Formats: sequence, C-alpha cells, structure tokens
Amino acid sequence: MLLLQIDTAIILEKLILASVILLGSLGIAMYATWGERKVAAIMQDRIGPNRAGPLGLLQPLADGGKLFFKEEIIPDSATKFLFILGPALAMLTACMTSAVIPWGPDYVTESGHVVALQVADVNIGILYIFGVVSVGVYGMMLGGWASNNKFSLLSSIRAAAQAVSYELAFGISLVALLMMTGSLSMRDIVEQQHGFWADGYFTWNFFKQPLGFFIFLVCSFAELNRAPFDLAEAESELNMGYHLEYSSMKLGFYLFAEYINLFISSAVLATLYFGGYNFPFMDAVAAAVGPLLFTIISVLVLLTKVIGFILFFMFVRWTLPRFRYDQLMKLGWKSLIPLALFNMLLTGGLILWVFK
Amino acid sequence: MEKLTNKSVAVDRSPMTFGERIYVPAIMKGLSITVGHIFKKKATVKYPEQKRPFSPVFRGLHILNRDEEGRERCTACGLCALACPAEAITMEAAERKPGEEHMYREEKYAAKYEINMLRCIFCGYCEEACPKDAIYLSETLMPTHYERKTMIYKKQDLLIPHPKKQEGQ
Repeated sequence: MLLLQIDTAIILEKLILASVILLGSLGIAMYATWGERKVAAIMQDRIGPNRAGPLGLLQPLADGGKLFFKEEIIPDSATKFLFILGPALAMLTACMTSAVIPWGPDYVTESGHVVALQVADVNIGILYIFGVVSVGVYGMMLGGWASNNKFSLLSSIRAAAQAVSYELAFGISLVALLMMTGSLSMRDIVEQQHGFWADGYFTWNFFKQPLGFFIFLVCSFAELNRAPFDLAEAESELNMGYHLEYSSMKLGFYLFAEYINLFISSAVLATLYFGGYNFPFMDAVAAAVGPLLFTIISVLVLLTKVIGFILFFMFVRWTLPRFRYDQLMKLGWKSLIPLALFNMLLTGGLILWVFK
Repeated sequence: MEKLTNKSVAVDRSPMTFGERIYVPAIMKGLSITVGHIFKKKATVKYPEQKRPFSPVFRGLHILNRDEEGRERCTACGLCALACPAEAITMEAAERKPGEEHMYREEKYAAKYEINMLRCIFCGYCEEACPKDAIYLSETLMPTHYERKTMIYKKQDLLIPHPKKQEGQ
C-alpha cells in the first residue's frame, strides 16, 4: 500500500505531542481555576483557597472530585440528546483549538530528525481556530436551548449574539495582521516575529499593530464570555446562565471549557501579537546552549507569556463591573467594528504606499 | 428650596468627554487600584488556628458553678427562670438529705436543671438574677447539634467539673 505509507514514527510522535498538549492544557486550565480564586481573593484582601494541600494547591482536584460525585440531573422536559451534546461540544471545541498553536521551535535531534512542537502545521491555522471557536458557541446555544428553561434560553441567546457580534471585529482586526504577515499559518506568523529587534524596529506584531492588538484583546474578552462581558452569566438577571439546569460533571465541563478557552486565547494572543516562543537575544541563547535546552527555554517563554495573559484576564475580571447589554452591543457594533475597519484601511494604506 | 446643609452635591449630567468615553483610562485607573491591593495586608483571620479575643462582655455557653469544696451552689430558687425572657430555663427543686452536705451547699438544691439552648438568646439575665453566683455565661461558643433533644442541656452538661475530684484524677 503505497498510499498509506506513512512513517509510524511520525504518528507516534504526533500522538505523544497531542496528548502532552491536551493534558497540559487541562492541567493549566485546572490551575487557572485555582489561580482565579487566588487572584480574586488577593484583590479583595483575602487569602483564598488554602486548606486543600499547601497553598490550596489540591483545591482543583477537590472541586473536580466534588463535581464527579454530585447527582446527575437531566430535567424531564429537556431535549436529552442536545442536553448532553451541549457540554460535550463545549469541551471538545475547547480542547481542539490547541492543535495549531506552535508551542516551540523545531527541535532537531542529533540524527537529523526534526520534531515540530506543533500538532498540525495547518496553512490556515488562524481560520481553523476561528472555525472551532465558532462551533464552541453551539455548545452554549444547545445547552441553553435544550434545558427548556427561560433563563437558560435567554442566556444562550445573549451568549450567541455577543459571540457573533464580536467575531466581526475580531476577524477584521485580524485581517490587518494577516495583510502584514501574508500568511494564515500560525508557524509562519511566529517565525516572522523572530527575536525581538530587527531592521531598526521591534519584530513582535504588538508593536506593528497596537490598535489591532487592542481590538483583538477586547474581542477575546467577549468571545471568552468573561467579565466585563459575562452577560451570559449575569446572576442577578439570569440566575446562573445557560448552564442553569446542569449539574455534576456536565456543569463541570462547561466551567472547565471556559478555562481551557482562557488558556488557548492567551496562547493565541501571545502567538499572534507577542512573538509566541520568541524572546530577545534568542539567537545568542541558541548558540550558547544545546538544542534541547533551547527548545525547553522557548516553550517556557511562551508559557510565561500565556500565564501573563491569563493573569491579565483575571485582573480585569476582578476590576471591572459587568456591561449592560445595550452597552455591550453598542461597543461591539459602533466602536470596535469601525475601529477595526479603520485599522484595516490604515494598515492597507501603509503597506501599499509607505512600506512597499 | 433652601439647602439645609452644604453636604448635597449636584449630579453632574454633562455629556462624557472623549477621554471618559473611550473608557480605557478608567480601566487603567481601576486596574491600578486592584493590582495595588496585591500588596495590602490581608484581612483574613485563619480561624481554627488563629482566634480573635472575645470582648470582655462576651456571653457564651452557661455553666453551673460549684463552691471551693465542689458543692453545687444552685438552690433552685427559680429567679433565673423568672428573669429569662425566652423562658428557656426549667428546674425542679429537692430537699437535701442528711449525708449529702458534701454535694449541695444549701438545704435546697436543683434536682433537675435544664436550659433549652434552642430558646436561649444569651442575654445573660440569668447570670444577673442569680443571688448565689451559681450560673455564669462562659466564653465557650455554642456548639451545633444534630438533634433538637440534645440541644436541651441537662444539669450534668452545665455543671463545671468537681475541683477536688479533678485533682484526685
């Protein structure tokens, strides 16, 4: 079978990489829940979880264990299949996005074998992320609708409308970036941001697209359904949101998917605008240390950026009050989209006439 | 209308300036406040390990006192029950028999003394009413129970340990 002649080593390698990334993102999402509670506590001059293990580090496990042992309730009037599909979809899409993010530079073994620290170098990486994130909205919509509960339905309508509105500005702000990079592949975009300083200017896209980054960041908040845009979970208006009728691990999946999305969003932000695994003086470091150590340092650099973004998301969440729904829509349609369009035109003009 | 005080401030309803409308400076200001709280002292008292002192007038669980020789001080006069606004205290009096002088201080004693902790409001009037210094409100916190009937404290639950017997142990 010539057609199926694939190197089994590659399959094995990708399988290991995929499971490491999946487990890693689950682990980081787990500790993001812990981190969120700690951040919230610290900002309110409290201590936060500190009973389960040292510094409360076992708290996520305790929470997970608690959710596992809760009673599984499916309401009588719920559409059972969709009710179960909702959280499954939310979790699945959250885990799928990590596939195209380049976690580190290629590692070349001594025998000349190249190990890419990216599960799939899809040449439309960003489009893939956008597609998967859009499917993730179905998780909320299905969950809210299938619960057969007015609050859940209202909440899922809100979540869906919000996600759709902000995806526009999201996409347009990205178009400006793509005009500059000329590639949709995440790997290419990261490679272009090599190092920190080249040809008399910063290489990171943040310094070339500050406005685009700002719009992208605001839209990430909205896409993540996080404060100040967590309208879908406005307790005072909607009880709990689209997962009102959920219990046990199905609820856990919804909550957990949110934190995985937080992690992936931070990774995307870091990759697109903050140079991914690139760091200043990386060439000097690469020359000084072995390839394996260099790869590890690069991955750690990316993770540091990601954790920085996660912390920023948390700081903002515990700082700002929730928007009103009309304010949210006004911000999305009347401010961010025109701003993103302006940014796109500006970038286009600069590329056409200034930086030929 | 004439202003009564100079404390009232007119609400500023002028339209927001551009700086206010773009919202970002306000976010930065808010973030600087919340991030500043990272370095503030934490207000938490880690309760079971760390306890705050009670105020000197704290009124906790009741105790029934004994005198120096370990005799019960209560004479079942009923003044505490009379003073109790929640009607939580009941008692039955009995006469001291010869040979029981080491147990009860006076000729009359409480054969049964119960405080219904579900009713008690910890006002401390019983302590004030007692002419024999027999009942006191201690600094012990009221514990919780699983059943109503265990919330009714009997004499045995209330009496302080015998000073002599404790030494002997």
